[in-house]
Amino acid sequence: MKLELQGITKRFGSLVANDHIDLVVEPGQVHSLLGENGAGKSTLMNVLYGLYEPSEGRILVDGQPVSFSGPGDAMAAGIGMVHQHFMLVPVFTVAENVALGNEATKATGMLNLSQTRAKIKAISDQYGFDVDPDAIVEDLPVGVQQRVEIIKALVRDAEVLILDEPTAVLTPKETDELLAIMGQLKSDGKSIVFISHKLREVKQVSDLITVIRRGKVVGTADPDSSTTELASLMVGRAVSLTLDKAPAQPGEATFRITDLTVLAPNGQRVVDGISLEIRRGEILAVAGVQGNGQTELTEAVLGLQGHVSGSITLEGHELVGRSVKEIIRAGVGFVPEDRNVEGLVGPFSVAENLILNRYDQEPFAKGLGLKPAVIQQNAREKIAEFDVRTQSAQAAAGTLSGGNQQKVVMARELSRPLKLFIASQPTRGVDVGSIEFLHKRIVAERDGGTPVMIVSTELDEVLELADRIAVLYRGRLMGIVPGNTSRDVVGLMMAGMPAEEALGQEQEFGTEPGSGEL
Amino acid sequence: MSTATSTAPETGGTTVTEVRNWKTPVILIVLAIAALLVFAIGAPSNDVTFRLTGENDPIVLPPIVVSATVTGWVCALVLLAAAAWSFVLVRAGRTVPVWLVAVYSVFFVAGFLTWVVGSAETPNVALYGLLAGSVTLAVPLIFGSLSGVLCERSGVVNIAIEGQLLSGAFAAAVAGSLTGSAFVGLLAAVFAGMLVSAVLAVFSIKYIVNQVIVGVVLNVLVSGLTGFLFSTVMSADAETWNSPPRLSPIAIPFLSDIPVIGPILFEQSIVGYLMYLSVAVIYVALYHTKWGLRTRAVGEHPKAADTLGVKVNRMRFTNVLLGGAVAGLGGSFFTLVLVSSFGRDMTAGQGYIALAALIFGRWNPLGAFFAALLFGFATNLQSVLSFLGTPVPNQFLAMLPYLVTIFAVAGLVGKSRAPAASGIPYIKG
Repeated sequence: MKLELQGITKRFGSLVANDHIDLVVEPGQVHSLLGENGAGKSTLMNVLYGLYEPSEGRILVDGQPVSFSGPGDAMAAGIGMVHQHFMLVPVFTVAENVALGNEATKATGMLNLSQTRAKIKAISDQYGFDVDPDAIVEDLPVGVQQRVEIIKALVRDAEVLILDEPTAVLTPKETDELLAIMGQLKSDGKSIVFISHKLREVKQVSDLITVIRRGKVVGTADPDSSTTELASLMVGRAVSLTLDKAPAQPGEATFRITDLTVLAPNGQRVVDGISLEIRRGEILAVAGVQGNGQTELTEAVLGLQGHVSGSITLEGHELVGRSVKEIIRAGVGFVPEDRNVEGLVGPFSVAENLILNRYDQEPFAKGLGLKPAVIQQNAREKIAEFDVRTQSAQAAAGTLSGGNQQKVVMARELSRPLKLFIASQPTRGVDVGSIEFLHKRIVAERDGGTPVMIVSTELDEVLELADRIAVLYRGRLMGIVPGNTSRDVVGLMMAGMPAEEALGQEQEFGTEPGSGEL
Repeated sequence: MSTATSTAPETGGTTVTEVRNWKTPVILIVLAIAALLVFAIGAPSNDVTFRLTGENDPIVLPPIVVSATVTGWVCALVLLAAAAWSFVLVRAGRTVPVWLVAVYSVFFVAGFLTWVVGSAETPNVALYGLLAGSVTLAVPLIFGSLSGVLCERSGVVNIAIEGQLLSGAFAAAVAGSLTGSAFVGLLAAVFAGMLVSAVLAVFSIKYIVNQVIVGVVLNVLVSGLTGFLFSTVMSADAETWNSPPRLSPIAIPFLSDIPVIGPILFEQSIVGYLMYLSVAVIYVALYHTKWGLRTRAVGEHPKAADTLGVKVNRMRFTNVLLGGAVAGLGGSFFTLVLVSSFGRDMTAGQGYIALAALIFGRWNPLGAFFAALLFGFATNLQSVLSFLGTPVPNQFLAMLPYLVTIFAVAGLVGKSRAPAASGIPYIKG
C-alpha cells in the first residue's frame, strides 16, 4: 500500500503544529521521521491515524484521497499505530485487548475469544513473538506489551504500521529485537513509519529519513548520512554531540549508601540491598530501563519514600529518617524526574518557582513575609545566567517550553552551595540545544567539587556524562563500571547480567572497540 | 550489539516480602474473644427453636431445637480456631483465604443468632421468614447496586442512585394510581430513573462537571421535588394520586413449595423476578459480550478504546441511561410491592447503602448481589429481633446494618479495585 500525505497542516489555535507537510511512504519501506521532542511528529501521526482532523491538506491511499473521522476509518484503510504510551487496558487479557473494537461474536451474540486467540497464536508463531493470549497485560514486560500492540495492528490487516517512539521504553536488547521484527514486517511487504529522535536506531533501520523541525519538513536524508549531519538538520544548526569534559579529579567519598532497601506499599523490594559511594568531584550515573528502582532510589535519598531500611550518609551524617526539609537544608540539590509533576508548580511564576526550596529563608523571607523585590532580583539573575527563554520573570512556569522549564528547575537547585547533587532524567523531553547547556552545567557542578548522581534511562546520556556507571536491574545493583565501558556491556547489565559476567562475555566474544561511541 | 546478547540470562523474579497484613487476623481474634465471652460464657440456659417452615406449608419440616449453651461454646471454639489459624497463616507470610473468612462469618452469625434469640422473651424464631424478609429488603438495594455497576464500569460515578430509586418510587405511585395499572407504574418508574440519569449523563459527560457533585445535587433535587409534590398534590387527594395497585407475589407451582428456599426464589412479585433476571443478564453481558468488553474498556482505559474506534462518550451515555432504568425499576418496588403508597423520602438512604454494596461486591454484579443480600439480612434481623424482645437495646440493633456496611467497605474482605477511569471524564485529543 502506498501512503501519501499532501500539504498536511494542523493548527491548535494560533500554534501551527504541522506546516504543509508532504510525505510519501512506499510499500515495503521503513520511512523514518526524525525530529526533536515537540517538532510535530506525533501530531502528524495522530492526523494520519484519524485522531486529529487536519486543518488543511489531504491523505492519499494508493492514489485515492481518503478522509478519516476517527481511528476506526484509519484502521479500515489499513493503517495501524503503536502508540508511545501503549493503548492497552492493563487489567484485560491479551486476547481481550486484541479483540476490543474488532470483536468476533458467536451466533448467540456472545464474545468469541477463541477465534481471537487463534489469530494471536498464528501471528505470534509467524513472527516469533511468543505471546500468551491469556496473560493479563499488566503482568507482561514492556517489550511483550509492545508486541501485543503490533499484534493488534496486524490482526486488523494493517499494511502501514506507525511506530511512535517505540524504543523509548525498551532495553538495548529489546530494542534490537524490535528492529529485527521491523525487518521481518518489511520483508512481508508492510510499510513502516518509524518515529524517533535516536539517530543510531534511525540510521540502522531506515530506507529513507525525513527530518522535521518546528512542524516543517526540513529535508530528507538517506541512512548513510553521518550522525552529525542528521543532528544538525534536526536541530537547525551545527551541534556538538560529544561533551568536552576534563577527566574527573575525584576527592574523598562523602556520600555513602549502605545496604539500602526500599519496599513498595505492596511489599515488593523496589530497591534491593544497594550499596555505593560517590566521591567529591565525580559523576556517578545510574543506568537502567525505566521502572527498575531508580525513582525510588533517588526519592529515598531525599526522604520521600516510606519503607526504607539501610543507611544513607552525607559527610558522616545519617539521612535516613530525617524530613525532606532537613535533607534539603543539609545541602542536597534534587532535580526530580518529572518537572511537570514534581519539579515545578506550573501556575506559579518563574520567579516563585526559583525560590521554592528557600522561600522561608533569608534573603527571600523575613519573619512571616516574603520579600518580592529580592525574589525579582534573584529571578532576573538566574534567567540571565541559565539563558531561560521566558517573556518575563512573572510568566507562569507552565507556559515555558520543556527545555526552559528544566533550566528553571536546574537553576533553582544549583544556585546554592551543595554537598550532593542528584538529577533524575535531567534532559528528558528537552531540545538538543538545551541538552548541551544542561550537561555543561552538571559537569561544572562536578568540577566545583560536588558529588553528583545522575539517573538516566538514555544510554547515550549515561555514557556521555558518567565518570562511573551503576546499573540497576529490578532494584538490584548489577555492578559499578568505569565511565568508558562499552555500550554493549552496559546494555547487558541493564538486561540483568552482573558486571563481571558482562565484562567477561565481552572479552570472550571480542566486541570491536569503539562500539560504545554514538 | 554483539551476538553475545542472545545468551543474556534472566536473573530471577522480583522479590516480594514483608509488609504482612495483620488486619484480618486481629479483627478475627477480637471478634472470636467477644464471641467466647458473650455467646459461650454468657449463653442463656434454655433451648432455642428455629422454625424452618410455617404450620400451613405444604411440606412441613420439624423445627431445629438446640441448646444455647452448647451451640455458643461450639461456635466460639470454631471461631477461636479459625482466628488462630489465620494468625499462623499470616505469620508464615501467606494471606487469609476468602473461604476461611466466609466460614468464620457463618459461625459468627449462627452463634450470634442462637445467643440473641435464646436471650429473648420468646426463644423461638421463624428462620424461613428471616431469610425471605432479607431478600425482600434487599431487592431495591440490588437494583441500586446494579445501576452502580453499569455506570462505574463505564467510568461514571453514580452517586445519584438514591435519587433514581426515589424518583422511580414516586413515578410508579403516581402513574399506577392514575391509570390503575401496575405495569404502567413499572414503565413510569423506569422512565423516571432514566430521566435522572440523563441529567447526570449530560452534566458529567458533556459538560464535565464533577460527577460526585452532580450526583449529590440530583439526590437533593429529587428529594425536594417529590417531597413538595407529596405534601401538596398527593396529600390533598391521595385517592387519585397516591393509591397505586399492588403487585402481589406470583407463586410458581410446586417449586414454591420447597421448604426455606422455595418462597425466596419462586414466590416473588414481578419486580422480584426481574431482579434475579437483571443480575444474571448484566453479569453475562458484562463479561461475555461485545458490549460488556467495550463497557469495561471504556471504564478502565478510555483512550485505548478510542484508538480502536470505540465511541467512549456514547458508550458511557448509554450505560448511565441503562443504569437509571435499572435503579428506577428498583424504586418501583417501594410503592408497588412493599407498601402501596408513596411517602416522603421513603428510600431512606438505601441508594447510599447500594453504593456500599457495589464497592463491597467489587464492582461485579454477582458480588453486588450478595453484598446487598447481606445488608438486607442485617436490616431484617434488626426488625425481627426487636419483635422478639431481645435484651439488646433497640437503638443498637438499628445500627446493625450500618455497622455491617462500615466493616464491609473498610475492606474486611481484601482490597477492592475500582475501574481505573471511574469518575474521570474523557476529553478527546
